[in-house]
Amino acid sequence: MDGDLVLEIPTDIKSITAAVDYVMSRCVSCEVQARRLNLNFRVGLTEALTNAMMYGNGADPSKNVVIELVMGEGQLQATVRDQGVGFDPTSVPDPTLPENISRPCGRGLFLMRELLDEVWYNDQGNEVTLVLRLESGGAFEGSASA
Amino acid sequence: MSFQVSKVNDVTLIEVEGQLIVGNRQELKQGVLDKLENGDLKFVIDFANTGYIDSSGLGVLVSLSKKIREQGGELRLSSLNEDLRTLFELTKLDTLFRIADQKDQALEGF
Repeated sequence: MDGDLVLEIPTDIKSITAAVDYVMSRCVSCEVQARRLNLNFRVGLTEALTNAMMYGNGADPSKNVVIELVMGEGQLQATVRDQGVGFDPTSVPDPTLPENISRPCGRGLFLMRELLDEVWYNDQGNEVTLVLRLESGGAFEGSASA
Repeated sequence: MSFQVSKVNDVTLIEVEGQLIVGNRQELKQGVLDKLENGDLKFVIDFANTGYIDSSGLGVLVSLSKKIREQGGELRLSSLNEDLRTLFELTKLDTLFRIADQKDQALEGF
């Protein structure tokens, strides 16, 4: 994968914060509304990394996660790829429905879709791409669909 | 992440410091469950010193709320900053929890 930044990290949930901090530090030069960057992108990336490590790689420390950041004209794009077999993102139920709201899981993907402008998976389901557009208006526009 | 536990009248106040995320959520969960097992039924978790809660952290709060309610108790939250409020509103968890601006407000009226 080509991009402005490519980072490969082992599956270690305790490293997620540091990895996200490092990626975010590379974005400071972007002309993105600070809150959208610090909330929307940070949360989306953190959730994508968590999903990749916990579910994609099954918390297996011998497996890695690759993060690619591309700071393009008008948008910021991050791709997170794990070494798992993939999954069907459409199979995750909406956690905001009354029958699901008391469930302890299922909010990571939902938050990614709500906070980022675009979220899409590869066919296998082991790679997710997150896009935050610079020209989008309000602080929490997103509602992407995968 | 760390948390301080204290008692205010008959309410167990848990003040979280730091991020509540996938790597540390079990500590908080076990801490609250231990108190529940000891008979505490009224809980306030205060997030005045918490900048971020990920979806795993939200899940633990949901799970705790359910367990506490099953025992006839109640869990309230307090002092969510603007970003945390947004996450709760997006996930509609603001409808599941009683959330106060300050811990003193949450401690009242159990």
